[in-house]
Amino acid sequence: MAEGKKYETPKLDELEKGAWPSFVKEIKAAAQKSPMAAALLGQLEQSYNEKIGHWKHGGIVGVVGYGGGVIGRYSDLGDKYPEVAHFHTIRINHPAGWFYTTEALRGLCDIWEEHGSGLTNMHGSTGDIIFLGTTTDQLEKVFSKLTALGFDLGGSGSDVRTPSCCNGMARCEWACYDTMKVCYNLTMAFQDEIHRPAFPYKFKMKMAGCPNDCVAAIARADLSIIGTWKDEIQQDDELIKKFADEGLDIQRQIVSRCPTRCMDWDGKKLTINNENCVKCMFCINSMPRALAPGKERGAMVLLGAKAPIVQGAQLSSVLIPFIDLEDEESWNDLKQLLENIWEVWCEEGKNRERVGEFALRVGFGNFLEAIGLEPTPEMVAYPRDNPYVFYQTAKKE
Amino acid sequence: MERRTDIGPPHYTKFLPPVIQKNYGKWKYHEGVRPGVMVHVAESGDKLYTIRAASPRLLSVQKIRQYCDLADKYCDGYLRFTSRNNVEFLTTKEENIEPLIAELEALGHPVGGVGRSISNIVHTQGWVHCHSAATDASGIVKSVMDDLIDYFTGKKEVPGKLRIALACCLNMCGAVHCSDIAILGIHRRPPKVMANLSQMCEIPNVVAACPTAAIRPAKVDGKDTVEIIEEQCMYCANCFSVCPALPMADAELDGVSIWVGGKVSNARSQPMFSKLAVPYLPNNPPRWPEVVQTVRKIVEIWVEHAEPDERMGEMIQRIGWPRFFRLAGIQFSKEHIDDYRYAALSLKRTAQLHQS
Ligand code: SF4
Ligand code: SF4
Ligand code: SF4
Ligand code: SF4
Repeated sequence: MAEGKKYETPKLDELEKGAWPSFVKEIKAAAQKSPMAAALLGQLEQSYNEKIGHWKHGGIVGVVGYGGGVIGRYSDLGDKYPEVAHFHTIRINHPAGWFYTTEALRGLCDIWEEHGSGLTNMHGSTGDIIFLGTTTDQLEKVFSKLTALGFDLGGSGSDVRTPSCCNGMARCEWACYDTMKVCYNLTMAFQDEIHRPAFPYKFKMKMAGCPNDCVAAIARADLSIIGTWKDEIQQDDELIKKFADEGLDIQRQIVSRCPTRCMDWDGKKLTINNENCVKCMFCINSMPRALAPGKERGAMVLLGAKAPIVQGAQLSSVLIPFIDLEDEESWNDLKQLLENIWEVWCEEGKNRERVGEFALRVGFGNFLEAIGLEPTPEMVAYPRDNPYVFYQTAKKE
Repeated sequence: MERRTDIGPPHYTKFLPPVIQKNYGKWKYHEGVRPGVMVHVAESGDKLYTIRAASPRLLSVQKIRQYCDLADKYCDGYLRFTSRNNVEFLTTKEENIEPLIAELEALGHPVGGVGRSISNIVHTQGWVHCHSAATDASGIVKSVMDDLIDYFTGKKEVPGKLRIALACCLNMCGAVHCSDIAILGIHRRPPKVMANLSQMCEIPNVVAACPTAAIRPAKVDGKDTVEIIEEQCMYCANCFSVCPALPMADAELDGVSIWVGGKVSNARSQPMFSKLAVPYLPNNPPRWPEVVQTVRKIVEIWVEHAEPDERMGEMIQRIGWPRFFRLAGIQFSKEHIDDYRYAALSLKRTAQLHQS
C-alpha cells in the first residue's frame, strides 16, 4: 500500500515523549504503510484540538453467517478523512491465557497489514485480539485467512462474549482448577451463542483460578468462575519460621489482619482454624511457599456482575458455592445451568437487561427457582432484614 | 477452499512453551527476581523466568513483529500478554534476562509491573476508536504512566499493589468500577434531540432506555419525537447507545471524574466498588495535567499511609473518608453523596466516627 497523506500533529507529537511506550509512535509506525493509519492521526489530532470524538455508531456489518465479531465504525468527518470513513473493528477470539507462538502472531500481523490499518489492541477489554480499522469489502478476506490460520471471530452485541481466563495452571501455583481448559471448553461448547446474537444483551464469562481474581471475574463477568478449596490451607512450619526469622511480623502483618481472625501465632507455630477461614488468599499471598491453598480444590460459580449501564453496577454473587469441574458430571451440570439461565433470561428479560439486573428485578429467589437451583445460605451476605415477604402459602390459596 | 466457520480459537496447548507443557498444574512457588521479573519453580525443579514489559495496548503490526523477534531470539519463540495488557517474555534461561531487558528498554518498553508496584492502566478506546467517548483513553494513560513510571519500574517502592483503570464513558469497558484508582470519562449535559430522530430510532425503545425516566414521547412541528426532562438526566448516555440521534458529547462540558478504593481481589477485604473522589476535571489534551496531578497526589497519599499490602480502599476504611479528603485536598461536595438506588446504604448510620 502507498504511504498515506501526512498530517501535522503537534498535539499528538507531544505524546511521543516520555518513558511510557507511546501509542502515537505505534500509529505513526502503521502509517508508514497504511493510509488509514495516516488518516487516523489526522482525525485524532482534530479531536485533540476540539476535545471531542469523531466516530459514529455502526450500521450492521459482518461476515456471512455471523451476527457478531465485527463492530461497524464510521467517521463523522468522512469527507475530510476518506481513508477512515469506514473503519470497522474485528474481534478475534484469543487463545486461552493469551499465550502465543511468534509464528501465530506473525501470521496475524501479515493478514492485518494486507487487509487493514495494521493497528491492533493486544488485547481488548473482554480479552479478544482487536484488529482496529478496515472497510467492509475486506472483512470476508480477513475472515478466510484467519480461519486458515486457525483463528475465529469473538463475540459482540447481544451474545456470549469471548470467554477469558487467567493463566491458571500454566503458570500459577495457586490455580485451584484448570482455568484455561474450562475457558476453552466453554468457548467451544457455545460457538453458536458467541457468533449469533440472540440474547437480551451481552453475556460475559471469566474464569479466575483463585480468589485473587486476576481477570476481575467478579466485577466484569455475568458468569464468574473463581477457584477455591474446601480443606485445610497447606502449611510448611519450617518455611513459616523462616519468614519470621527474616523479619516478617507474623502477628501484626498476617494474623491480626486475617479477615476472620482464624489464625494464631505463638511466636513459633502458626495455627489456623480452617473452619473459619474464608479462603481469601491474603495469608497465602503474604507467605508464598510457606502457605498454599488446600488439596481439595475446585471453583465457585457466581452470577451477575456488570458495569453501571443500565440500572447500576453490580458484582457477581454466589450461585454454586463449590463445583469440582474436573469430572464429566460437574462439567455437564455447568453447561446445563448456563442453558437454564439463558432460557429464562431470553424468555423474560427486557431488551438491554443484563442477567444480573434481570435476576434482581424478578427477585433472586424466583430466579433460582426458574433455573432449578435450591436456595442456600452461601448465596446471601445475610438473610433479608425486611418483613415484606411474598409468602408462597398465601399465594396458593 | 471450503469456508470454515465456528472453529473457535486455536487450542492453547499449541502455544505453551515446552517447560509449561511439562509442568502444567505442577508449579510449586514463584518469587520476584528483580523488578519486572519473576521466576516460577516447578515441583520438578524446572524454572521459568517471566520478563514483563510495558505496552501501550494499541500496537502496530510492526511492533508486534519486533516483540516476535525478541521472543525468537531469547524465548524459543514464545510470549504472552497479561490481563492488564502488558507483554510477557518467557524463558528458561536465566542468562537471557539481562540482554532481553536491555533490548526491550532500547525499544522503549520499560520492564516492571510485577508484585508490589503500579502496573499498566487497563483502558478503553477513547477518541481513537469509539463513538461514545467523553475523553481520550490512550492520551491520559500515556500521560499518567509517564508520570508514575518509577512506580512501575520499581525505582520507587510502593506498599503493595495499586490498580489504575480508565474508561472513557459510563459503559466502562474494563473493570474501572472496582479499581484502586479509576479515571472515568463523563458527559455533563443532557442529550440533544436531533430533528430526524423518528427516522433513525424506535421511540418506545428510546423512552424505555432511560433509567431515570427522563425521556418522554413528544411532538414537534407535528412530528413524533422525544423530549428530555433535563433535571432528571444524570448523563449516563444509555439513550445515546440505543439511539444515535441523541448525541451527548460536548467539547467544553465533557471531562473526567476520579474514583478510588475499589478492588476485585478477595484477599483480606471483599471486592469493593470504587468511590467518587473528584467529580470533575476538564479535558485538557494532549497531557491532561489536572488528571495527572490528581492521580499522583492520591498515589502519594497511599504510598505514605498504607500498611504493607494494604489496598487503597482498605487504607481509606482504616483512616476514614474525612481524613482522605483532607489529605488529598479535595473539597467534599453534594456530588459525593449518592442519590441513586442504594443511596441510603452509603450514609453514615453509626456514631462510630473518625473525629479529628
Ligand atoms: S487468579 Fe489466582 S490462579 Fe489465576 S493467575 Fe491470579 S493468582 Fe494465579
Ligand atoms: S486465607 Fe484469609 S481467611 Fe483464611 S486464614 Fe488466610 S487470611 Fe485468614
Ligand atoms: S468506555 Fe465507553 S467510550 Fe470508552 S470504549 Fe467503552 S463504550 Fe467506548
Ligand atoms: S443520558 Fe441517561 S439519564 Fe439522560 S436522558 Fe439519556 S438515558 Fe436518561
